[in-house]
Amino acid sequence: MTEYFLQAFIYLAAAVIAVPLAKRLGLGSVLGYLIAGVIIGPITHLVGEETTTIQHFAEFGVVMMLFLVGLELEPKKLWQMRSRLLGMGGLQVGLSAALLAAIALFFSQPWKAALAIGLIFSLSSTAIVLQTFEEKGLTKTEGGKNAFSVLLMQDIAVIPMLAFIPVLAAPDIAASSVSLKETAAHHNVSLVAGLPAWGYALVIVASVGALVLAGHYLSRPLFRYVASSGLREIFVATALLLVVGIAALMNLVELSPALGTFLAGVVLANSEFRHELESNLAPFKGLLLGLFFITVGAGINMQIFVEQYQLIIGLTVLVMVVKGLVLMGLALMFNIKGADRWLFALSLAQAGEFGFVLLSFSIQNHVFTSEFASVMQMVVALSMFLTPLLFIVFDRVVVPRFRRARQQRDKDTMHDDIHETGEVIIAGIGRFGQIVNRLLTANGMKTVVLDHETAQIDNMRKIDIQSYYGDTTRPELLDTAGIEHAAMVVVAIDNRESINTLVKHIKHAHPTVKVLTRAFDKGHSYELRLLGADYIVAETYHSALELGAKALEMLNIHPFDVEQKRHAFCQIEKEATEELYETWKHGSEGQRFDQNYRKLFIELEGKIKKAMLEDRLDQHNSSERGWTPPPKGYDEDLKNNER
Amino acid sequence: MNKNKILLLYAHPSQRRSDVNQPMFEAARSLDYVTAVDLYGEYPRFKIDIDKEQQRLREHDVVVFLFPFYWYSTPAILKEWQDLVLEYGFAYGAGGDALHGKWFMCALSAGGNEQAYRAQGYNHFTLRELLQPLEQTARLTGMCYIPPFALFQSRTAKDENRLSTHIQDWLLVLKGLHTGAIDIDAAMALNKLNDNLDCVIGDVVREEQRND
Repeated sequence: MTEYFLQAFIYLAAAVIAVPLAKRLGLGSVLGYLIAGVIIGPITHLVGEETTTIQHFAEFGVVMMLFLVGLELEPKKLWQMRSRLLGMGGLQVGLSAALLAAIALFFSQPWKAALAIGLIFSLSSTAIVLQTFEEKGLTKTEGGKNAFSVLLMQDIAVIPMLAFIPVLAAPDIAASSVSLKETAAHHNVSLVAGLPAWGYALVIVASVGALVLAGHYLSRPLFRYVASSGLREIFVATALLLVVGIAALMNLVELSPALGTFLAGVVLANSEFRHELESNLAPFKGLLLGLFFITVGAGINMQIFVEQYQLIIGLTVLVMVVKGLVLMGLALMFNIKGADRWLFALSLAQAGEFGFVLLSFSIQNHVFTSEFASVMQMVVALSMFLTPLLFIVFDRVVVPRFRRARQQRDKDTMHDDIHETGEVIIAGIGRFGQIVNRLLTANGMKTVVLDHETAQIDNMRKIDIQSYYGDTTRPELLDTAGIEHAAMVVVAIDNRESINTLVKHIKHAHPTVKVLTRAFDKGHSYELRLLGADYIVAETYHSALELGAKALEMLNIHPFDVEQKRHAFCQIEKEATEELYETWKHGSEGQRFDQNYRKLFIELEGKIKKAMLEDRLDQHNSSERGWTPPPKGYDEDLKNNER
Repeated sequence: MNKNKILLLYAHPSQRRSDVNQPMFEAARSLDYVTAVDLYGEYPRFKIDIDKEQQRLREHDVVVFLFPFYWYSTPAILKEWQDLVLEYGFAYGAGGDALHGKWFMCALSAGGNEQAYRAQGYNHFTLRELLQPLEQTARLTGMCYIPPFALFQSRTAKDENRLSTHIQDWLLVLKGLHTGAIDIDAAMALNKLNDNLDCVIGDVVREEQRND
């Protein structure tokens, strides 16, 4: 037990020290994790052999990441991506594999090994690239989106590669390592061992079908049931259960768990529980991915590196240059422009974590000797290691160059620029939020609606309003709902304390995001003002005024007069509110509505009454001032002036 | 010498469709001697703040209305503004001398061509004649009226590349109003100010504008 604690301590400590440091130096968290790994692994030998075991475990982080990626992608969007996915992704895998295989052949590798090398190095690192995109906010850029399609295609391509690699086995390696085969066939539980090909195909179709159907029909009642319990940790457990369950099922039928969870993610992308799932799983994903990167760093075999560093560095550079050139070509072909082209080419030039998987699989299947494979492994690791540096090149060299060019262009077309309005997050979709949402969406604004009542969300979804389940006062939910890119948050929930918590959090964590909020009453609106809300409206004020005005009309006051009086009422109220607020603010806690405040309030009532009365005395007054006729006989004066 | 401060009251109810007035407003807004007020933007519900508007008038030497010509008059909010702000005792009548000595000018765009705005044309009156209510308002409130700065056939001005010269002239006129270098007598003879900008605005201003 002590040993586990010690190990966990070492890994965590390395991450805690190295990652913030790396981020501060502008290197990104991925490089931080990798460096932490190198320090505790090959440099200080604080951790040893167990890194490989941990790595297998940590690969689950990749699985989770793909689930989360899937959640972001609705089936419709996936379908829209098909040409990029198959065309660009397919070409990337095909061309890189062919070119790299040709180079391997040139270095007199047997053709089978050369082909395997080509396939292995054609893949890039989903983990590093997506994590970095997210960190640097590049996910929504043109380069980021295209890179994502390619990565997705690569993840899909891993499956046929796993099927294909055994065919490439070299007989002489197989003969020399019978013992290896026994360990390779190890204790994997499999449902499909010994099935004929058609049977296997059937099982695959059945399990994928089951996954999609269950995701579509069973998940919702399950989540609703769990959500109704109101226990947050059970929801977290459910989310984990889901991902682990799918991964297990995929392993049982020997499919890629990453792909399975991705698919499940896509199925759930339309679900109202999407944001809640995301915010629950994101910390697990982050930690596991971090662990994964640490193990990559720790797994670097310094001895091999020292012995053959020229070869390894040479090969790494060669691989990255070839892949980069292929990507550049594709970017030209698919018309990716400017800085995005560079982002696309630089971000995907490394080999990826699936490279490790395929390499160990290749050893098991006697495609390479294990010595040869460990050199290859070093190349994969080193290329991953260099990727954060390429991102730094992108940030420091490419972006400034294109920014200058763009600024020039923007200057030239200043009058044509269109204001990009961000999304609006509406927290609470009850009677209040619904009206706000209808007005905004009817005007083409993009809204994200959140509520903690599953029934409410159900109703909204029935009338095609995009809405999500979740406790809006939780910061993570706001993060996944995209508060980073939001222009404002409309707080329309009806619980006074929750409103305050939410407003306080947003104004603290995202000071630039505007907060428009509903207040229960006057006192509450003062509280919200103190918390920094940008616009506050008492929830009953305007409807009550409307009704009051109608009442006056029905008491035979002319509608236009009523309108003026209503306006005057609002004006006086508004001015007095300032004064009342100051008094309230300076009153001590619990005594804010003290004698002083009450006096002011009574004064306000008096003021309003006076303003309304003045009208009857036909004097200048704030409700009808503008249309007061000039005094009788004034035209005589004007005539005299003219002379 | 204290130069004139200009109060620009802009009235356009559909600014995203505006080809002429909006660019003129934007151009004027960047000048430090112009206070540019978007009336529809400030009072979307027509609840004009009389005190605020009167204070603005007091603080400026030149009042300019900028608007598209609607039914031979201003858009509704400018009429509302006049009805409310030009109060008895402020702008006219006993003690109503707040505007005395200020300059007043309209800058407007009209859809028809200039030939339509004359006795023989289908509009039967010249632009200057049609604006007589404003001219008389200026006179009654003691302001010096300057004939309008106008653009005809405004709907096609952008396509026909007439806009950039118009805006250059507009900036020149604003500069003239600011420096006071406007020949009022020469201007009064004109139907619209841009009929003969050369003789209305002095060379000095022209030179300065070129250097800016």
